[in-house]
Amino acid sequence: MGVTETEFTQALLAPDLPVPEGLCDAAGHPAGRRFAVYRNNVAVSLTRALHEGFPVIARLLGPDNMDGLAGLFLRAHPPRSPVLMLYGATFPAFLEGLEQLAHLGYLGDVARLELALRQSYHAADAEPVDAAALAALPPDRLAASRLTLAPAVRLVRSPWPIHDIWRFNTEADAPQPRATAQDVLVVRPEYDPRPVLLPAGGAVFLAALRDGVPLAEADAAARRAAEAFALAPLLAELLSGGAITGIAPASSEGEG
Amino acid sequence: MMTSARHPQILPSLPAAAGVGYKPQHFAALTTDPGAVRWLEIHAENYMGAGGRPLAQLRHLADSFPISVHGVGLSIGGEAALDPDHLSRLGHLCDWLQPASFSEHLAWSTHDSAFLNDLLPLPYTDATLTRVADHIDRVQEVLGRQMLLENPSSYLAFAESSWEEPAFLAELTRRTGCGLLLDVNNVFVSATNLGFSPQAYIEAFPLDQVAEIHLGGHDAQADDHGAPLLIDSHGAPVADPVWALLEHVLAGSGARPLLIEWDTDVPDWPVLAAEARRADAALQEAAPSRVPAWA
Repeated sequence: MGVTETEFTQALLAPDLPVPEGLCDAAGHPAGRRFAVYRNNVAVSLTRALHEGFPVIARLLGPDNMDGLAGLFLRAHPPRSPVLMLYGATFPAFLEGLEQLAHLGYLGDVARLELALRQSYHAADAEPVDAAALAALPPDRLAASRLTLAPAVRLVRSPWPIHDIWRFNTEADAPQPRATAQDVLVVRPEYDPRPVLLPAGGAVFLAALRDGVPLAEADAAARRAAEAFALAPLLAELLSGGAITGIAPASSEGEG
Repeated sequence: MMTSARHPQILPSLPAAAGVGYKPQHFAALTTDPGAVRWLEIHAENYMGAGGRPLAQLRHLADSFPISVHGVGLSIGGEAALDPDHLSRLGHLCDWLQPASFSEHLAWSTHDSAFLNDLLPLPYTDATLTRVADHIDRVQEVLGRQMLLENPSSYLAFAESSWEEPAFLAELTRRTGCGLLLDVNNVFVSATNLGFSPQAYIEAFPLDQVAEIHLGGHDAQADDHGAPLLIDSHGAPVADPVWALLEHVLAGSGARPLLIEWDTDVPDWPVLAAEARRADAALQEAAPSRVPAWA
């Protein structure tokens, strides 16, 4: 009777299970710790993938705690694809579900920001429009236009100061995080994703753009959400981040 | 039963020279002074994003070097049918890159849709032979090209196995028309771990089917009985007995595309470049003269 893949896999992921019978060394002895090489390869390689994918979470928790959490996560949520660059999409929710981490409520959203940065890094390339193309449009045409956002753009909204926490753990002289909610835009000029702290109303504006709402209406929605919302600086940020890849005149405008 | 949907294309092949596994930290060195390195190998799964720097770098490198695409996640040795999504990602990558070679492992890594991220062993039986041959047929059909299959590093054996590994691999090449990737470090690691002669393994190996050779570093541990247990770590220089075994291989095969793999604790470029020089020197020693004796 042979060893099935199911038996092999179960023993691989549960170190307390016995090594399947039928696995041996050259002398026919049971495989014993030889099987542990495979157990170790699986756990270590996936733990490393999580450390690399969530460096700020690893820093916040400390390497030993991160190892322990990764061990729990990889057994409960093994990758569903061999493309590991996207592994860990359920890690934020997993962190939020752990009672022992309930006092660190921001971890999930910080992990979402790290995930967004990683997704942005691997997102499709797209030619951005330059500021001159936008400036060349008559104001009424621009107001009625729909802007297309680059595939690398991501938006993460949080009741926690995730931008401050991210900076504090990645930049040498970043200030202490403030006690405030923060929404973060991820742009990728060329190849390096950059998190940008959004002003109040900014996330509403971007969500509207993404839904295909014309620029003036998105601006109005943002002002309703936050009176002080200013369109020009955010548009400048989007342009410098290569985040706008298309300007489409509103179809209802006719040929004008 | 290769009913190729596409016509096999004429592709550049890998040169019988030294190559290295590509790591992004070596991009600048490779594009300015590659030394003895004549070709590069990439892990397919690291280039399956939609865009960004990895693909841009690869596109650039492919202008200067023949590229070998080496898959580490197809689970060719697995019980289940090959993942159609992953096959189509590989097809897309090969169509885009037109690599000089595609290779995968005699191993499995996915079970019940969980990807375990290791090259796991399979028993060598008539049943697994048929299954692996069917999987190789499928890969070659989808990619429209010959693939190379690599011998694994083994830490244990299956009591049920009825084939020796070299004969198993030889039979796979006969049934499917695939080529072989001979990892000399894996031979040394498996031979040490399972107590066979690495030279005898090489003598039994169908060297005429070998289209690429791998060399990498290993770590040494011990099993429950104090017997040596070598771990294929790809995190160290190639060990001296592996270089010696390479000479034995090259004496039989002649020069072949020869890759240095270094995937963990990746060293600075000069260290890897020195390994590539040593590989190049081994090939120079081995290369049969291209000038016929009567000329």
